[in-house]
Order: sequence, then C-alpha cells, then structure tokens
Amino acid sequence: MPGKLKVKIVAGRHLPVMDRASDLTDAFVEVKFGNTTFKTDVYLKSLNPQWNSEWFKFEVDDEDLQDEPLQITVLDHDTYSANDAIGKVYIDIDPLLYSEAATVISGWFPIYDTIHGIRGEINVVVKVDLFNDLNRFRQSSCGVKFFCTTSIPKCYRAIIIHGFVEELVVNEDPEYQWIDRIRTPRASNEARQRLISLMSGELQRKIGLKVLEMRGNAVVGYLQCFDLEGESGLVVRAIGTACTLDKLSSPAAFLPACNSPSKEMKEIPFNEDPNPNTHSSGPSTPLKNQTYSFSPSKSYSRQSSSSDTDLSLTPKTGMGSGSAGKEGGPFKALLRQQTQSALEQREFPFFTLTAFPPGFLVHVGGVVSARSVKLLDRIHNPDEPETRDAWWAEIRQEIKSHAKALGCHAVVGYSESTSICEEVCILSASGTAAVLNPRFLQDGSVEGCLEQRLEENLPVGCGFCHIPYDELNMPFPAHLTYCYNCRKQKVPDVLFTTIDLPTDATVIGKGCLIQARLCRLKKKAQAEANATAISNLLPFMEYEVHTQLMNKLKLKGMNALFGLRIQITVGENMLMGLASATGVYLAALPTPGGIQIAGKTPNDGSYEQHISHMQKKINDTIAKNKELYEINPPEISEEIIGSPIPEPRQRSRLLRSQSESSDEVTELDLSHGKKDAFVLEIDDTDAMEDVHSLLTDVPPPSGFYSCNTEIMPGINNWTSEIQMFTSVRVIRLSSLNLTNQALNKNFNDLCENLLKSLYFKLRSMIPCCLCHVNFTVSLPEDELIQVTVTAVAITFDKNQALQTTKTHVEKSLQRASTDNEELLQFPLELCSDSLPSHPFPPAKATSVDYSSFADRCSNWIELIKLKAQTIRRGSIKTTVTVEKASPMGEGNFRNRSAPPCANSTVGVVKMTPLSFIPGAKITKYLGIINMFFIRETTSLREEGGVSGFLHAFIAEVFAMVRAHVAALGGNAVVSYIMKQCVFMENPNKNQAQCLINVSGDAVVFVRESELEVVSAQQPTANCQPSCTGGEVTT
Amino acid sequence: MTSELDIFVGNTTLIDEDVYRLWLDGYSVSDAVSLRVRSGILEQTGATAAVLQSDTMDHYRTFHMLERLLHAPPKLLHQLIFQIPPSRQALLIERYYAFDEAFVREVLGKKLSKGTKKDLDDISTKTGITLKSCRRQFDNFKRVFKVVEEMRGSLVDNIQQHFLLSDRLARDYAAIVFFANNRFETGKKKLQYLSLGDFAFCAELMIQNWTLGAVGEAPTDPDSQVDDMDVDLDKEFLQDLKELKMLVADKDLLDLHKSLVCTALRGKLGVFSEMEANFKNLSRGLVNVAAKLTHNKDVRDLFVDLVEKFVEPCRSDHWPLNDVRLFLNQYSASVHSLDGFRHQALWDRYMGTLRGCLLRLYHD
Repeated sequence: MPGKLKVKIVAGRHLPVMDRASDLTDAFVEVKFGNTTFKTDVYLKSLNPQWNSEWFKFEVDDEDLQDEPLQITVLDHDTYSANDAIGKVYIDIDPLLYSEAATVISGWFPIYDTIHGIRGEINVVVKVDLFNDLNRFRQSSCGVKFFCTTSIPKCYRAIIIHGFVEELVVNEDPEYQWIDRIRTPRASNEARQRLISLMSGELQRKIGLKVLEMRGNAVVGYLQCFDLEGESGLVVRAIGTACTLDKLSSPAAFLPACNSPSKEMKEIPFNEDPNPNTHSSGPSTPLKNQTYSFSPSKSYSRQSSSSDTDLSLTPKTGMGSGSAGKEGGPFKALLRQQTQSALEQREFPFFTLTAFPPGFLVHVGGVVSARSVKLLDRIHNPDEPETRDAWWAEIRQEIKSHAKALGCHAVVGYSESTSICEEVCILSASGTAAVLNPRFLQDGSVEGCLEQRLEENLPVGCGFCHIPYDELNMPFPAHLTYCYNCRKQKVPDVLFTTIDLPTDATVIGKGCLIQARLCRLKKKAQAEANATAISNLLPFMEYEVHTQLMNKLKLKGMNALFGLRIQITVGENMLMGLASATGVYLAALPTPGGIQIAGKTPNDGSYEQHISHMQKKINDTIAKNKELYEINPPEISEEIIGSPIPEPRQRSRLLRSQSESSDEVTELDLSHGKKDAFVLEIDDTDAMEDVHSLLTDVPPPSGFYSCNTEIMPGINNWTSEIQMFTSVRVIRLSSLNLTNQALNKNFNDLCENLLKSLYFKLRSMIPCCLCHVNFTVSLPEDELIQVTVTAVAITFDKNQALQTTKTHVEKSLQRASTDNEELLQFPLELCSDSLPSHPFPPAKATSVDYSSFADRCSNWIELIKLKAQTIRRGSIKTTVTVEKASPMGEGNFRNRSAPPCANSTVGVVKMTPLSFIPGAKITKYLGIINMFFIRETTSLREEGGVSGFLHAFIAEVFAMVRAHVAALGGNAVVSYIMKQCVFMENPNKNQAQCLINVSGDAVVFVRESELEVVSAQQPTANCQPSCTGGEVTT
Repeated sequence: MTSELDIFVGNTTLIDEDVYRLWLDGYSVSDAVSLRVRSGILEQTGATAAVLQSDTMDHYRTFHMLERLLHAPPKLLHQLIFQIPPSRQALLIERYYAFDEAFVREVLGKKLSKGTKKDLDDISTKTGITLKSCRRQFDNFKRVFKVVEEMRGSLVDNIQQHFLLSDRLARDYAAIVFFANNRFETGKKKLQYLSLGDFAFCAELMIQNWTLGAVGEAPTDPDSQVDDMDVDLDKEFLQDLKELKMLVADKDLLDLHKSLVCTALRGKLGVFSEMEANFKNLSRGLVNVAAKLTHNKDVRDLFVDLVEKFVEPCRSDHWPLNDVRLFLNQYSASVHSLDGFRHQALWDRYMGTLRGCLLRLYHD
C-alpha cells in the first residue's frame, strides 16, 4: 500500500556564515527519503534564505514510511569545491501515519550538525497521503498507535489490554566498522544516527505487526532502548503493552471505563481459594526472587526463540456477558479459571503499565526481578538476533516463575534494562507480581451487566494490598496481619512494588523519595572470569540494597515502596547499585516497627553508651520524619470511632461479611506487627557505616517534597507551574583510597549533593514537589561516576494542602477529581473524532464540513450533559465529595466544550516525565517522539570544557524535541524520558562525544483556566488542533 | 573526589536575577560566590558553599551561552535553544544593555574605536567598575552604533526595533549614538557637573530639530537623501547658521535687540542690571556658537562653548533659573521684531533647541 509523502522547504533563518569573504551563505537543501533525493535552488548570499520550494513528492511503500526518517540536509553551495554541509534535520513521519494524530508537520526545525550543534533553523512542511489500506499480508503496521505513557492515555479508554509485546533488532555499529577509520567523525556520527533511526522505525513497525496480530490497535508503555555493545554490535529493543483503545467519544462507551471500579474485586476473592500453584521457596523478603545466572553466550539451548515467536494469543474465550454479576461459587471458579487461562495463554503475562484503570489490579504480591550476566560476542547475522532474544526469553521466564511463586499470574510495572562494560553485559528485568482483573484482558468484556451495581463499593484502598499467595504456604517468611483497613484479609508488613501508587489506595501522610546506594569494588578481569566475578557479587549487592531500602523505609516510619527501580551498573573495577522508590504509609498495612540497634559486645560500657546514643538518634529521626511526612495513623484498637470512613465503605463491609462469613471470626492479634522491631546489629565497621549512612540522608528543605512516582502521595492540589530538568554530574575518584567504604561515601555524597543542588536551584518554586525523580548511574571510565537525573518540579498550593490532610477526605477528593477528569474527556474529544464508529479508521480523508459540525457538536453536548449528570447522580461514591472536591471540576464541567485554540502561550512547549500536565487537560495525542542524537567536538576547551559541551548539547536536545512537537501542532511532551546519555571525553585530545536518546508523547493540552474563559459556543474550534502551536515563531 | 562535570538544564531556562547582575557586573565565579555568601543566602536556604559554587557556575555558563544571542536581541526571541518566558527575555535584554552612569560619562562623545577601548583599563580603575563590565558596556555602545549608524528613520525607533529596549533605554542609546557620531566633547572638567540625562535631553532636542530627519522631506524624496537621517546634523542648516552672525556683527541690530529685550523684561527680572550689563556678551556668545558650527571641530566643542559663553557667566551672577528662562524666551522672541533680520525661521530652529538645552544645562 503505497503512500505519497510531500515535502515543502519554505525558508531558513539564522544560518551560519559559510563564506568568510562575504559573511554570507549560499544555501540550498537536499530532501531525501529512502533512495530518492530532491534539491531546492541555491538561495544566494543570505543567512535567511526563502526557498519556498515546490512540493517534493515521494511515492513510497508504507513499510518504508514507517522505517525511514525524512532526511533534510542544508548545504552551502560552492562553485569550485565540494558543497559544505551546514546540518541536517531528521523528521520521523510516523505521527502522520495514523489518522487521529497529526495531519501535517509544519514548523521551524533546528538544523543540527553532530560537530557544531544547532546551526540555524529551517521551515519545513510535510504531509502524507496514504492510499487505501486493505490490510492484506502486510509488512507495515500503519495505524497502530504508540504511547510512552505507562498508563491508559488520558483521552482513551482501554477496551482490552492484550499484554506484552517485545521485539529487538540488531545491527553492526557503524562506529566500529572498518570504514570508520577512513571517514570523518561527522560522517560516522550521521551514519549512526541514521541507522538507529531506521532501526527504531523497523522495530516499531514490527511491534505494530504483533499488535495487529493480537487484534490490538495501540501500544502503551512503549519503551525502546539501545544497547551499544561496541564491537559486537548495536541492539535496539523495545517492550510495550498491546491494548485495544477507544477514544472517549461516546457517553455509552465512556460509562464503564471510569465507573466500574473494584467491582470484580469482590467477585473474585482469590484469597479464599488455596492457590493451586506450587510455591518454590525464595529469599525471605518481599523483594522476591532474584536470580543470577551466568552462561557463556554460546551455550544456550533454546531452539526457536526468535523474537517473532507467535504471539497471536488473543484469548478466544469470551466472557458470557450478562452473567458475571452473579455471586455463585461455581461461577467464581469459572471466572478465575478464565482469568488464569487468559493469562496463561500468553507467553509472558507482563504489563509495562504502572498505573491502571480502576479495578484492574486486584492484588499485588511484591517485586520480582531477575538479572543475568552475559558475555557479548559479535552478532553474526543481524537478521536473526537469536542470541539476544534467547537471553531475554530466559530472563522473562524467570520473572514469570517468580510471579507464580508469589501466587500471581501476571507481572505489572514491568521493565528491562542492561548495563554494558566492555564485553560483559548485565541484563535485568523487574516488575511487580500481581493478580489482575480478567475483564480488561478479554474480548467481549462483561461491561454490560456490571453497571447496575456500580454503587456498591468495596473497602477502597486496601484490596491490592491483600496477599495473593497462600498464607499456609508462603513463598517467603513474612509477618502477615489482618488488613488494617478492612480487617478481613491478610496483608504483609511491608510492600514493595514497581508500579505507581494506585489511585484508590488509602495513604496516610505524604510520601518521600527513598534511595539505596551501594558500590562494590571488583577486580579487573577478562571475559568469563569477569562475568563470574560479577555474578558472584550480584546477590550480595541485591541483598544490601534491599536492607538499605528497608532500613530507610523504617526510618521514615513508612511501610510501602512504590516505583521501585534498582539499577545495577557495571564498570571496569566496580559495581554500583542504585535503588530509588517512593515510600508511603499505606493505611492497610501495619505500622512499621522501629529500628533497634544491638551491639555484639555488650560488656564495654562506652560502647554501649555509644549504641544507646545511636539508638536515641534513630528514634528521634523516626519521630521527626513522622512529623515531617504527617504520618499519624489512627489508633487501631478502637472500633471505627469517629473515623472519617464514608458510608459506602460500611455498607460494602456488610456485604462482604455476608458473602464471606468465614473470615469474620478471626480478628485477633492485630498488634503482632507492631512488635516486629527491626534489629540492626552493629558488630563491625560495615554496619556502623550503614547506620551512619542512614542518618546522613538529609530531608529536603521545608517546602520541598520529592518522589519518583508520577504523583506525590498526599499532595493533590497542583498548580500549573512545572519545570522539567536534566542534571548531570560526573566525579572523578581519587584512585588512592579506593575502598568500599570510601567509594560508598563518595557515591552517597554525589547523590545527596546533587539533590541539594536541585533543591537550591528550584527554591523559587517552593512549595513544590520533585516528581518522577529518575537517577541513572553509569561508569564511563575507571574512576569516573556519572549520575544523570531527570525530574519535574511541580508547584502546589500549600494552603489547600494543609486543609486537606485528612487522609480519607483527601483520598476521595482525589478520586473525585480523577473521575471528574474522565467525565470531561469525551466532550473534548467529540469533535476531533466525529463519530464513535470505528476506533481507528485507517487513513480517513481529512476534510470535514465544519459548519454542520458545529451544530452536531452542540447537540452532542446537550446529550452528553444529560448523560453525564445521570452518571454523577448514579455514583454515590463521588456525589458527596464532588461539591467539596473542586470548584475547578465544576467549572470545567460547565465549559467542557472549550476549544484548545485559545492557547495564549503559543510557542512554549512543556516537557514533563509525567503522563499529565497539572491544571490542564490533554486533548490529543499526536504521536510518539523518539529521537537519538550524537554530538562530538574536537574543541572541547573552546566550548567551555565538558560542562559547557554537555550543557549546550542537552539544551539543544530539548530544543529539537520542542521543535518537533510544535511542528506536529502540539504544545507539550508527556512521559518524557532521557533513556540514554552516554558521555565520553578525552581531555588530552580536547575531544568529547555524547549520545542522547529521548522519547515521549507529543500532545495538545488545554489549560483548565482557559477552558473556563472560552465559552461553549465554539466547539468547532476543537477540530483544528494545528492552530494551537503550529507556528512557533516566525 | 572532584567534580568533573556538573550541569543543570531546565526545559525553561532558569534565570537567577541576582547572579545575572553579578555576571553583568563582571565578577568572576569565585567573586560572585563570595558575594552571594555575604548576602546571607546560605543561611536563608540552608545550602552549602559547594552548592552555591555549582549553582553560580551553572548560571554563568548559561549567561555565557545567552550572550551571543543578546548581541542581537531579536535572535533571542526567535531562537529555539533556550525556552525563556517573554518577560524574562525582556529582563535579560534590558539588563544586558543597561549601563553605569559613571561609565557612560567617561565615553560619551568619544569615538567608539579600538583606541577608546584601550583606555577602558583606566576608566575601570577610575570608576571602580570591573573591566569586564566596562567592555560589555563599551561593546554594547559600539554594537548599537554600528547597527543604527547607517539606518534611515527615527534613531530611537531603530534602536528599539533592533535591540528591543525599553523606551527610556532606547532614548539613552540614541543620545549615546548621537554623541558618539558627532563626537561632542563632554569630558572637560567644566562639563563634569552635567549628567547623562542632561546630555540625553539636549541630544533629543538636537535630533528633533537639527538633523536631516528633522526637516521632514525625506519620505517625499528618498533618493536624494542618501545621508543619515537622525545621527548627522543637517549640514546645510549648520552652513546657514553663519547668517545669524549679523545679529551681533550689525551694531544697530544688536542694540535694537538689546533694547527690545530690556524693555520687555524690566521689572520682571531679579538680575535685570546684570543682564543689561552682560547682554552683548551673552548674545555674542550664543550667536558665535551658531556661526562656528560649520566646522566639525567647533561642533564638537558645542557644549564646552555653551557652558563657557552662557552658563558660567550667568551662574557667576547668580541668575535664578526662572530669570534665565524669561531672558531666553524674550531673547529669542524679540528677534522677530527686528525688521532688518530676515532669517527668522533659521533663528527659531537654532534658538528653539538651544533655549531648551541651555535651560537644562543651567544648574549647579
């Protein structure tokens, strides 16, 4: 199915002077796609050329459209010698390939040169006409949408969440090809950039094909990574979650999406049944089951594990609609079976999502992770990347079995990563074992019958904490207690997860960023010896990281970790471990015990004094932290006196006890968990060091909070100011004192100082919260440690925060507002997707009769208004709180049909690692941004040294991302992530090189305040998304 | 443990106004850090000196990168690399082009050449402004001068358009450019009492009335007006000023003029007798200044002459400002009653401006 790509080169500006004699430039442009090249005329003697070219037309297969980037090269014409390149622009045209995203790419793009950086800008217009798509044995997968966002994108609802998709492609790295010795660094860099662009296009297309096979139409939580394996090649791999998404466009469709929470939780009380799975015993922590395997790469035995393993596993067993509401035992069993089978049919029941539709997550078991050390060798045949596939398959299998051992049939919040040093590679995968609600996983979902019972709600906010495994046959020793919230089910004493805090979780107080940092020296070694040494070190590292996390968590007086990410980085002579997570106090879990210090040699008086001193310090810190994070859980002993537990909760409590009377009896020994004090034995210097490091972590200055999850538990009144930033630090260790302790201290200081610097820099935003704080550690050289942090600072309203510290109120507020948000989605979407018919009509003609459209819109709005109000009345859960919740929400409701056009801040492109923009609504997803840049310099000193070089480069990367988003008609990037920042320097040669890979979702958002300003009379404006930010500046 | 690399890049470029000021003032990073420490910021924020050092370095690096763009402010608005809210952009530009009064008085009217640039060392020592800051200010003057020098149309408008400065700052720059172009001497000791504001006021009047642009014929006949519009004085006008000489050369005319002024002012002036005694000197002074303006050299000395020939004599007789005003009004108006004098329009063009200037220059 061919398509026609049309490109027009309009003008350039701020070009560099290429002719010293005249101080001017004779610029022309080459437009290349695939093997076809067009040229513009030479525009003589100008730094602001106006080419105003004709439309260059490329007739290409849509396969190529997906794979190839459009390559625009700006050159300086030279009559006598070769033309000099000024720079290039690569444009990924993928967003133009699905009809709901952008229709045109038009705007100013920075002209980028890998040696000189940005050199002026060029104005380009790109369009694609796709011919009729007949969906035969195609190699392309146009129309499948990709989202980096690890939750269901805001203006969609998930009909089915199919599951895991993965793919990898390999190639030789141009940097290591023989030709690289004779070509210029520029040529080499450009070859690399182009290759990676091609490979990611190909990868995306292949993943798209798998999604189509599964009968999905989108990939959510798409994460693409590069492994620069050096000599042995270049691997581009991606994982994601295939879904069938539906735009929130019709009231009928919208209803089940946001108003059927936790219903099934009740239907499927997994804890009742003894888990049929056999449990293997594992390490005694909720951080379950790490494995370390080292196998020389050649000796793998799996046969056909190419990544094209058949994944067309869409379950055929549709739920019998209409019957799911019954509570009969046999039916439950059936339901359970179906869930099980639905998931077991999948090779890997993994989900890269970290936040879920209400009711999706039933129980959470704990973190599962697996690592494996591999030796790299040359990839001989790029077309059959079997080795790498087998490696990953092995690890995923591992993860799957761990999850099973935890009584869970699925893994959520799943991610994979690598760390490479020379020829050794550590592959890691981690996720959270969970029990899921089958409803979202199957075709022909059961929505129809469930709506009537919406008003019945389970005890909110604790269901997911209940253990999924069998308490008599626990996979690891843990202290179980009855849930402090519902008192019906068992919960563990601590819970570690890799996902975001579920929106319905009941949290007490605020959360905070908790990090465990660890270095271990390792002897330099070669090949297998090296790999073995690393494998041997790994378990100890994992264990220590875990202990540190546990200690720090207790020190904060909290009992659960969310968004846990443990990164193990391998270097020449050391291993680094960095774990980041957000600690919270879950109301459902028991109060954590304190930390007890015990000395091994209790006869020494002064020693004991020292210990008691330490103990006091620790106790003080815990008390202080409890105050700081407002952790004051209600006393447990009393029976629900005066606790602000809402009505529905009690009712459902009743309901529960009727149906599950067997649980009613055992309400004893709740205080068991409290006695469980954590004992730290300081019998050697190591332990002393641990205790010290516990106490050296300084809390953020007042007015600051930080977390590595999407939102800060306990803060929900965000104001609109956001500041995304990247900060990079490299320290050089003095090689003299390389002991583990010194190393640990250096690393700890590095991280702490970095955080302190961030707090200082952002002090003008107080009160604010650093969200999605993402640390990445790399060891570029022997004595260098590089830490890269990307996060976003968001301001919030302090006064309001103080008012709403009552957790329950807070909780319901939050829920109400999210509900509201979803209520509001569809009217906004109304116009961009005119009729609710097919989710993704391929290559729809884009001519719309606007005038009649307006009428239709307003009719729709009337209809929706009615519907929406019925819904609101129907849902008892929220009606009470909505009034209190947010006048803003109400305001939105009135003005829901406001167009996004009235965006006053044209040209400003927001960037955020979060999936949302505070105080604004995302009205449209324009496509994925996935960019890879290389920058090199041979005049490092002149560019301000390493700091100057990298500072400029990162600023340029931001600029290019913003320019692409603006050209797509967007005004923000959400779920932005800097996946790689590989920096290499050679100060002696005055050289440096850096590779950066970033991605995110380009979106159009509308400020809520603007929603209110603009009246409801112009719904048509909605239909012209390009007017929001099409032109940056002219 | 040493920090090899330490950067912070925000999607919105962070601008710390205090650090910007320190940077503009030409302080080195270490000086800036110690100045910040002294401001008590560590106590306020609980930060450490290392944090402050890193923060200052970071801002300095950003400013260094922005400097290239600040040299052509419209570029700052259109560039894509730094996302800066418009209000912040305006602040960056305005502060960058702001100057120290002490510095500008040193270079006002001097040729903005390499030679002058060499003297910046001395100016720096004399004024206590860092050499770096002096250089920036000097380069700003020079840059603005170069851009608008050859341009047609209103000087202030041109400056505003190309440098996006506030109205007030653009006016000051117009004066600086005008003075630099005409090389008016302002550094003499007897002119030290005058501020930039005084000169800028005069410059504005002169631009309005004495330049080619002031004649207002340019739009109708653009080809013939190859000369600059606002920066150069109207040569023809200066030539014509010789005609005024008869006001003092012709004794009858001078006497008549004097009697007209004296009659009109009798009883109204506190310093009437002094005025009467000095009339001829003053009038000769003012008219000779006009007659001399044909020579470039004398144009340069305009302000010296005005102060010598008019301001100082009056001041030594302790004329109140109001009396000066009354006198100058009457002095220029009375010429209209001199039947033998034909150059009324020329006189008005000259005296109208000069009266304004003199009144502004007349203070202690």
